[in-house]
Amino acid sequence: MSDDHLVIAGMGAGYGDVSVLHDISFAVPRGKIVAVVGVNGAGKTTLLSAVAGLIVPTRGTVTLDGADITRTAAHRRTGLGLAMVPEGGRLFPFMSVRENLELGAYAPASRSGLVERMSEVMDMFPILRDRQDQLAGRLSGGERQMCAVARALMSRPQLLLLDEPSVGLSPLMTEKVLATVTDLAAREGLSVIIVEQRVTEVLAMADIGHILDHGRIVRSGLAADLRKDRQVQETYMGL
Amino acid sequence: MTELVNILAVGLLLGGIYALVSVGLNLIFGVIRIVNFAQGEFVMLGMYGAFAAQITLRLDPYVATVLVGPALFALGAFVYWVILRPLQGQPMMQVFATFGLLMILENTVLALTGGTAYSVNSGLTGYSVSFGPIQIGLPRVLVLTAATVVTLALGWYLKSTMHGKAIRAVAQDRNAARLMGVDVERIYMVSFGIGAALAGLAGCLLSPLYTMSPQIGMNFIMPAFAVVVLGGLGSVKGAYFGGLIVGLTEALAGFYLDPALKQAVLFLMFIIVLVVRPSGLFGTAGAEEVGLREQS
Repeated sequence: MSDDHLVIAGMGAGYGDVSVLHDISFAVPRGKIVAVVGVNGAGKTTLLSAVAGLIVPTRGTVTLDGADITRTAAHRRTGLGLAMVPEGGRLFPFMSVRENLELGAYAPASRSGLVERMSEVMDMFPILRDRQDQLAGRLSGGERQMCAVARALMSRPQLLLLDEPSVGLSPLMTEKVLATVTDLAAREGLSVIIVEQRVTEVLAMADIGHILDHGRIVRSGLAADLRKDRQVQETYMGL
Repeated sequence: MTELVNILAVGLLLGGIYALVSVGLNLIFGVIRIVNFAQGEFVMLGMYGAFAAQITLRLDPYVATVLVGPALFALGAFVYWVILRPLQGQPMMQVFATFGLLMILENTVLALTGGTAYSVNSGLTGYSVSFGPIQIGLPRVLVLTAATVVTLALGWYLKSTMHGKAIRAVAQDRNAARLMGVDVERIYMVSFGIGAALAGLAGCLLSPLYTMSPQIGMNFIMPAFAVVVLGGLGSVKGAYFGGLIVGLTEALAGFYLDPALKQAVLFLMFIIVLVVRPSGLFGTAGAEEVGLREQS
């Protein structure tokens, strides 16, 4: 088996007649964290939506573990080991934290070990144990993001997609969330694609980085190298 | 005093009928965000289904529920999949489609029956139950009982089963639900089917009480809209209590004001609730906006 967990090849995507992504190609090596950074409107969320199956690419392919999933419905991708934390968490606000977590294990393959997994996930995020009966809509921003990550982990994914986990969070809380994700990726052997506007912080946690600009990847490389790149520093890190 | 108790009893029993019709309508609206104008016609089909079961299989209408309920579920699921699913993302077109369905069902039954008024007999029709000074026909008590049982059972299902939670999740954020592995299209189809089945159940239980006609659905759908708004869009509990409130309002207004004014009073209340508390008396403030935002 190839060491690439996910391969995106020549992908284009958009909404209706509006084309947002053009000829996107990159791979996610197994167990690595890949950061896709760019300014607001660069196409980061569209990229993750296409990988998650919420929109269908207009061209190109998405391959997961060697299988073409370009046209696989979003709800079937959960069963293939893919989970996404959407921007803002998108928790079900009128359901309790526990119910949100239960729904994370909705896929048939995940249901058998639901109780054990719930316990494991609550051990990872102890605050959720205290808040489990509270409505998700009443959580604070940081708690909401933690709950969204925990919910995605309920299906025991192998590939985690994170859409701007720092949105609405303080720098301190962002640091905490990113540290948690890094720790989880190492502990659970997860492959991760994280898209972010906070370039400095996310390149510090990632193995590989891609810079997205107007729907095209304009720079790629090891995250450590990109952090040192003068042009990247000036354009995206404000240094 | 006995007079007031009598009026309240009549109102509650009428409310039970409205509640039974409205629970399915509210489930469909809450999950799929479609105002189903054909819901009254599903009630009408339930009544004719009970009639058909009686003349062909000699079944009592209460027994016929076990056939008519599943048949209406299948019809509802078919209607969703063939008519409404292709119009997804166009909520106004879906509403117009349900109006078209209303006309098709009504006219088809009119053509089949030639407009003849039919009625259904039940072995329970002659029985009544005494509550202190008042006596109530058993079929009416059964309708109120069924509305209560259906509300409790549906509430339990939505709250306590994984499939029920998935239905609530879809109502709140369908894309997030997709990411959890929920087949949203299937949830829509099943929800529409359940809504139609509940209307069919209502039709069976109401068939011993009414002389049926192809247009009878209209008698239920207008108050049901008032019930849904009053109780809270998408709230099963709201549909139940909203039904009882509408029934009581009609009974009290009809007796103390003027029978001709009872619907006017009802819809005055409907407009006041829409303006003052759009989430309804039992709806969660903001819940309707979450769902509507999802549709856009």
